[in-house]
Order: sequence, then structure tokens, then C-alpha cells
Amino acid sequence: MKIVVASGKGGTGKSTLSANFSYVISGNRDVVLVDCDVEEPNLHLFFEEKGKESIVTLPIPVIDENKCDFCGKCGEFCQYGAITVLKDQVMVLQNLCHSCGGCLIVCPNDAISEVPKTIGVLWDAQIDSNLRLITGVLNEGEANGIEIIKTVKRLSESSPLVIYDSSPGTACPVIETVEGADFCILVTESTPFGLHDLKLAAEVVKKIGVPSGVVINRSDGSDNETEEFCRENDLEILLKIPFDREIAAIQNRGELFSVYYPDWQKQFTDLLDHIESLCGGNR
Amino acid sequence: MKICITSKGNSLDSPAERSFGRSPYFIIVDDETGEEKSIANENVDATGGVGPKSAQLLINNDVNVLITGQMGGNAQRAVEVSGIEVYQYKDGGSVREALNLYKEGNLEKIL
Ligand code: SF4
Ligand code: SF4
Repeated sequence: MKIVVASGKGGTGKSTLSANFSYVISGNRDVVLVDCDVEEPNLHLFFEEKGKESIVTLPIPVIDENKCDFCGKCGEFCQYGAITVLKDQVMVLQNLCHSCGGCLIVCPNDAISEVPKTIGVLWDAQIDSNLRLITGVLNEGEANGIEIIKTVKRLSESSPLVIYDSSPGTACPVIETVEGADFCILVTESTPFGLHDLKLAAEVVKKIGVPSGVVINRSDGSDNETEEFCRENDLEILLKIPFDREIAAIQNRGELFSVYYPDWQKQFTDLLDHIESLCGGNR
Repeated sequence: MKICITSKGNSLDSPAERSFGRSPYFIIVDDETGEEKSIANENVDATGGVGPKSAQLLINNDVNVLITGQMGGNAQRAVEVSGIEVYQYKDGGSVREALNLYKEGNLEKIL
């Protein structure tokens, strides 16, 4: 069972939900929580543990200028503009390279080879006996977050129950995270902006073909418009987390509110049961 | 010497374009022969790397001087190694006006 937690924009409390949800359900199930928000991972802050670090690399072309005749074929081929061919020099803009390997193939003089370049790291932490947290971190200035997401997804693939915390928004990294999942939880909040972004996110997830449901966070009780949108679009409201000063205070301390509320522990356990039944039982 | 000006249209009387990578046209003027030509930018709608690709176009056309409004970091790096000099023109005038200002020495060199 692979569940993605996504939201149309940042600041809806998506990470809070991922962290609390995963923490609670790991009470009696093996859970892998994966932080796919590689530009700004934050789940490790809740658990105060990063774990073992390993490096993620991508192959980057290097040009042997003794073999190169500056024909320009590699530069013409590269659709990302990562290679500029000058009269007597070939320049590779590493930050634009997507490691497709195409330039190697088109070079008629066998002048291109590849070297690994570090683009980020992985943190792999066993939080307790049932909960493992995997975090992908893209190095600053790097563009290829998708590769990090692919790597963390591969690492967690074989686990029976995985929660993916997506980056906010609806861009490529979100699509990469949602693809292949069994279910997507869309987190929103009770504001007109919240609804606008929910609409965008719901549309993207629907296009990918992953079933989804909505969690309204920090609900102020007047969610008529959101409810109406969900009704019209066959989106079930799975859970409402009311705005609550005490919950907010706990979160401000960087803690998991579900630790303090047995009632919420039950709600999150029920949420998992419900999602599993929506997806046709345990997988 | 070949001078290239980023342009919204295909002639010297078209308005000069501010952006480099996504400039619709590049007008190239040879100040020795008086020859001029316009090249439509195939990369206007490309998703990425438009700056370096446009730099490659200048290199392939043996351009020595570029006049444009602004340039991204990737394009700058590509243009820098090529030895092409870059002068800035940000006002809304025509390509011809930009070119004249350059010839009079009234444009700031940014690279
Ligand atoms: S590997 Fe692909 S993206 Fe990278 S420089 Fe070569 S052609 Fe471009
Ligand atoms: S394709 Fe090969 S030979 Fe041609 S410019 Fe590129 S590296 Fe050099």
C-alpha cells in the first residue's frame, strides 16, 4: 500500500499530517515514511533523527578534447542546452544536464565519457522498531530533484506500507511522487486560496489516475465551499482537523500532536483502515 | 565584426527585445560589409536551456558583439567563454536605435 500526502500549496500542514499519521499507524504496522520534498525536507525535524547518510550521484559527460573535432553534434542534440560547442572548446553546464546519455551516443568521435556528480544525499533513519524515515535532499543549486525522488522511491518500493510526503504544488516533482501510488491524501485548509490550490492538485492527481480524498487541516468549521467542491468531484472528505490552540502550540514546539491525544490516534488508525478499504483491502 | 541585437521582429526597425534566451529574433549586422540578416529563434518555446542554446546560435554565426536587455546565468557562462562581448540595451526603441547607441559608445558593457 502506497499513500501519497500532497497539497496544492505549501503551508497547509501536509508534513504535520504525514508525520502524525505515520507515527500513529506505526503503532502496530511496519511503516516507511518517505520525505519527497527534496528541496525542503522537514519530516526529520519531527523525529529529531536523520539517520545514515549516503550520496546520490548522476552521470555527467566529460569531453576528451584530444578526440573531439568540435563538430557540434552533442550540443545540437542536447535538448537541455547543457553543452555549448566553441571553436576549440566544449563547455558542459553541469547544472542543466539531465544525464540522458544522448550526447555520448551521438558523438561520432567517441570523445565523451561520463563521471559521477553528486546532486544530493539520502538519509535513512530507523525511528523505532516499526517506523523508518527516508529523506531525499537535493543539494542547493541543483535542478534535478526528480532523480532524488526516484531514488528514495526505489529504496522504499518493496515495503508493504509506505507514506510519501510530496513537495507542495503541482509541478513535476509532485507528479513523480504520485505516479504509481495507490491513494493520494490531499491536504487543504479553510481559506479561498486553500480551495483554489486544492482544485489544481485534485485535477493533477485525477489525471494521473490515482484515487484521492481530502483532509481539511486547521478547519475553522466553515468549509461549505470546499465541501461543495468535493461533493461535485466525488472527492471524499476523509478527515477534518479543527483549528485548535493546543494543537498549534504543540506543533510550534516541533512535536507530534498525536502523541498527546489518544482520540487522534484512533482517528488516524481509522483513516488508514478506511483508505485500505477504499483501495480494496490490504495489499 | 558581427553585431547581434535581440529583437521582437525580423528587421532593423522592429522593437529591440529585452530578454536574450527567449528573444523571438536575432538580428545580425556585419559592420564591415553592411550585410544584415535575421534569424528566428527556434528555442522561444523550449522548456529549458534556452540561454545556452541561443549562445550556441551566436557562436555558430561568428557573432562578436551582442546587444540585449538581460541575460540569465547559464547564458552568461556560455557567452563568457566564447569571448562575445555583451552590451545592455533595455529601452523600448528599435533595433536600429540600439545599434546606433552602441556605435556611439553609449551602451554599457555587461560582459
Ligand atoms: S547527458 Fe543528455 S542532458 Fe546531459 S549533456 Fe548529454 S545530452 Fe545533454
Ligand atoms: S559530438 Fe563529440 S566530437 Fe562533436 S563536438 Fe561533441 S564531443 Fe566533440
